[in-house]
Amino acid sequence: MDFGSHLIQQLINGISLGSVYALIALGYTMVYGIIKLINFAHGDIYMVGAYVGFFAITVAHMGIFPALIVSMVVTGLLGMVVERLAYKPLRHAPRISVLITAIGVSFFLEYGSMYFVSPTPRTFPRVFETEGLTIAGFTVNGQQLLIFAITLVLMVLLTYIVQYTKIGKAMRAVSFDTETAQLMGIDANRVISVTFGIGSALAAAGGVLVGVYYNSIDPLMGIMPGLKAFVAAVLGGIGIIPGAMAGGLILGIIEALVSGFISSTFRDAAAFAILILVLLFKPSGLFGKNTQEKV
Amino acid sequence: MLFGKRGRRVAGMLLGTMLLGGVLAGCGGGDKAKSDEIKVGANFEMTGNVANYGNATFEGLQLAIDEANAAGGINGKKITLVKADSKSEASEAANAATKLISDDKVSVLVGPATTGSVLAEVRIATDAKVPIIAPCATSPKVTVENGKVQPYVFRSCFIDPQQGDVMAAFAKDNLKAKTAVVYVDSSSDYSKSLGQVFKEKFEAAGGKVLMEEAFLQKDQDFKATLTKLMTANADVMFVPAYYEEVGKIVKQAREIGFTKPIIGTDGWDDPKVADIAGKDALNNTYFSTHYSDKDESVKPFIDAFQKKYNKAPNVFAALGYDAGKMLIDAIKRAGGVDSEKITKALAETKDLKVGTGILSMDANHNPIKQAVILENKDGDRVMVAKIMPK
Repeated sequence: MDFGSHLIQQLINGISLGSVYALIALGYTMVYGIIKLINFAHGDIYMVGAYVGFFAITVAHMGIFPALIVSMVVTGLLGMVVERLAYKPLRHAPRISVLITAIGVSFFLEYGSMYFVSPTPRTFPRVFETEGLTIAGFTVNGQQLLIFAITLVLMVLLTYIVQYTKIGKAMRAVSFDTETAQLMGIDANRVISVTFGIGSALAAAGGVLVGVYYNSIDPLMGIMPGLKAFVAAVLGGIGIIPGAMAGGLILGIIEALVSGFISSTFRDAAAFAILILVLLFKPSGLFGKNTQEKV
Repeated sequence: MLFGKRGRRVAGMLLGTMLLGGVLAGCGGGDKAKSDEIKVGANFEMTGNVANYGNATFEGLQLAIDEANAAGGINGKKITLVKADSKSEASEAANAATKLISDDKVSVLVGPATTGSVLAEVRIATDAKVPIIAPCATSPKVTVENGKVQPYVFRSCFIDPQQGDVMAAFAKDNLKAKTAVVYVDSSSDYSKSLGQVFKEKFEAAGGKVLMEEAFLQKDQDFKATLTKLMTANADVMFVPAYYEEVGKIVKQAREIGFTKPIIGTDGWDDPKVADIAGKDALNNTYFSTHYSDKDESVKPFIDAFQKKYNKAPNVFAALGYDAGKMLIDAIKRAGGVDSEKITKALAETKDLKVGTGILSMDANHNPIKQAVILENKDGDRVMVAKIMPK
């Protein structure tokens, strides 16, 4: 393989990995944008999404698309329940209390699932054609295409919801200034709840896609991707939706290029070093604009 | 595999009657075991995160002991296994060993399964002069510490470097590979040491390792690194790792079009590899392990295990059984329950037939024991070689 085609192959690898980071990062960034909470349980919500998808496929014998939708709905509701039970009672508590609660929720989900589904990794059945597509010498397989396509559709849908619907307008308003928004008659609690629901549904989609792509899921699978997605959100500018999308893709591509051209042992170090550099020169992230934040 | 990270120890100690009363340090009062039984301490991970290793090893050990007792015991004495739970933690393993030695007065300890737990009890057993048999701790440092052989520690499985050695020879001679790439789990000592031994041996035999890369436990995506490894265009890829990552690596390597053989070690010996990778992707892969269930000489053990537990044994159960065999043989030759005599007899173990083959003890208290190489072929495992070290 010559240098050029190696580079392109690594970009394909990086984009498929980055798409998943982006889906998870969106949930972090939306929640942060609206209530300034770093929801550390988000990676575990992604894990729950993968399991819901797994059971929808193996137990209920659904196809990949119905399973994806079921997983997004169920996990979205779970996100709303978590918000209602764990975060809403702390709405006026110091931010550190909420942050610690988020860590507690994270452990609860991890070890609760370990109790119910056992720590043994599960293997996803083959639900999607894995035949590699060779285009001009580059291998893109069906699952990678599926990940690109679904990520793209979900991002367009999210942009539409946030920009053009009433609830989206309300989300932006609450994010901009919660109290003023409430004075204008917006039910902030409902908006926050919907934000958690949408963010969790996106993470669930990421979880199901990862299950299909890598074929193995376990109760602790959310820890590392959750952390990476958080980095991606900060890289793009936390609280900013296009920032999370770009941050996820950039992180995925950096990891692939470092593994491919430098050394796999430097992969994580390089990803975090770039984060530090970006923050040094642009503390609000790549897409950050002063103090203004949007959902 | 198990061996690297988690060694298990079976602390089966036999404390027999107390013929040796004075020998055991700190034995208190005189309620020794009855003179017609030999007490063996079985210190295993009965609970905790590696409980499945500990329990399987114990089942194998129990089977060997039951067989010996059913055959009339040793010189008319029955062997009694005294169980203790190391809870998958090193500190608990040490507590359990102390209890077995000072309260139960066992003559010998078997277990635990994992290396870390075995290391935790070495000091205690050595001070009490009670021998330990570690059935599946494959890390070299279990029996040799800073170049000195631990006088009371033995094992009944081969050590990690032997597998690197065996696979290097296999790649060179059987697969006719001239070049190789090595992909290790940098979060595991087991994997790193195997990668190193493979490289040394493969290059000593005239081969060339073109590229070495690493991943971390729990990684999901290996494609970027695999794409890089593929650019080396080597004849074979060596992946000494645990089953979960192995399954994903083989799957992703095949997806990006790597068709050359992929080889590994006993960490591959788990049905999950086939579940994750899929049987087509697994074709043209080979790994070394402790025994093959297709091997005629292993059949008596497999049948006996199946009969007693109504399930097929796994590799841990087989190694536990081997530890039991080694123990029974040593007690027979020692002619009693004296821990010192048993220690001496263990060190002199020679050409002993155990469940998975034939074993002799070397000067470092590591058994010289064959390794087998299995090929994954259309969802089945075929034995392609049986290699005796040296």
